[in-house]
Amino acid sequence: MANKILIPTPLRPFTGKQDAVEVDGTTIGELLANLTTTYAGLKPHLYNEQGKLRSFVNVYLNDEDIRYLEKEKTAVKPGDTISIIPSVAGGADSDFRF
Amino acid sequence: MALTNDEVKRYSRHLIMPEVGVEGQEKLKKGSVLCIGAGGLGSPAALYLAAAGVGTIGIVDFDVVDFSNLQRQVIHGTSDVGRSKLASAKDRLLELNPHITIETYETALSSKNALDLFKPYDVILDGTDNFPTRYLTNDACVLLGKPNAYGSIFRFEGQASVFATKDGPCYRCLYPEPPPPGLVPSCAEGGVLGVLPGVIGTIQATEAIKLIMGVGEPLIGRFLIYDALRMKFRELKLKKDPDCPVCGTHPTVTALIDYEQFCGVAPVTTEVAVSTANSNETETDVKALKRKIDAKEDFFLLDVREPNEFQIGRIPGSTLIPLGEVPQRVGEIPRDKEIIVHCKMGGRSARAADYLRQQGYTNVKNLKGGILDWSDKIDPSVPKY
Repeated sequence: MANKILIPTPLRPFTGKQDAVEVDGTTIGELLANLTTTYAGLKPHLYNEQGKLRSFVNVYLNDEDIRYLEKEKTAVKPGDTISIIPSVAGGADSDFRF
Repeated sequence: MALTNDEVKRYSRHLIMPEVGVEGQEKLKKGSVLCIGAGGLGSPAALYLAAAGVGTIGIVDFDVVDFSNLQRQVIHGTSDVGRSKLASAKDRLLELNPHITIETYETALSSKNALDLFKPYDVILDGTDNFPTRYLTNDACVLLGKPNAYGSIFRFEGQASVFATKDGPCYRCLYPEPPPPGLVPSCAEGGVLGVLPGVIGTIQATEAIKLIMGVGEPLIGRFLIYDALRMKFRELKLKKDPDCPVCGTHPTVTALIDYEQFCGVAPVTTEVAVSTANSNETETDVKALKRKIDAKEDFFLLDVREPNEFQIGRIPGSTLIPLGEVPQRVGEIPRDKEIIVHCKMGGRSARAADYLRQQGYTNVKNLKGGILDWSDKIDPSVPKY
């Protein structure tokens, strides 16, 4: 049963510019693992070297933050939408302005 | 604070509305908002706050108006290019509404000055353009008990919320850690739809006005996400994190810290923040590149910018593989030649170079300064953008 994952703008270069992708899985963890297998370029942006979800990336199941549900063990039902919300600051290139 | 006859005429459309009325307008007149930044977000926000009659508007900015700002920073005009943004903003705001006070602070916000700067104001409006300042603004707001009307943008997507209220979440409840520098592209690299900060900045001003008047339902505990291309608004629930190091039940951050260090950004004194162990083996510059091209040396020049940037201008002999496609197209990059990677300014190409080294490439160099430096020093016919 495929669920929709909404891809935020900064990560769309890694999903072939798609803003939403359908992925299989019964938990958030499974869905994200399948997502990063299909779109390998996403992996370093979502996971650190130890394989943990990066904390400047938030994952929502519908409108709830998974941190307050069961995190990656959160079960996913048909029709649920998963959103990836990264932090953005806009403006200057932090490498050069600061 | 009673309204003068001129003010009554000016704010009449507010006064005849029960949600504002004389009482609300007087609250606005007594109220004060500090705008961090007079750029994309600060421009519309300050304009509408001034129009609404917020009595004191403070602005913090140390930048100068540039042509590329005018596509979205509507508080500035063509004749202001080269002027300080503060001077330009102050003139425009007082022309719009001479009854208010504009206080300007031509400085970079830092841990040394933030608390003193924020103290006199009712609401802080975060219109900044980098992560260290966002965390600094958030922490200072929590420590002082000042609400933070937050807004941020990227290309054609925006976010807005109200952080740092007593019972609501703060920025760190949502994002406890900043991304490493260079992982999230900036407006200069990613571009931004000019109208986008207009919407988000005005939303921030709306929230500031509601907070001052105490009306409506502010975005406390609510994260508004706006997609301009699809014209969709979504709302996500935000919770105050009881373990938040700044606003939680047992805070560990009780004073402002070094935010550049927190965000892993090199200090202002270094020109290029990308630090590598052996600079002369991992970096090269545009003059060396020119020498190689003229000597017809055999190497591979990789451009990791986006196709529309490639159309604006390119370095001769380069091959375009946009950064996001590099993992899939790594087979197109020869392993037996020297690889020189470039982008617009040197940030994205540094990441691509690191990635290639991780994939076993032994001879990869990042072009310092990117195509902008090439245009500056080698070929000015290549347009800067």
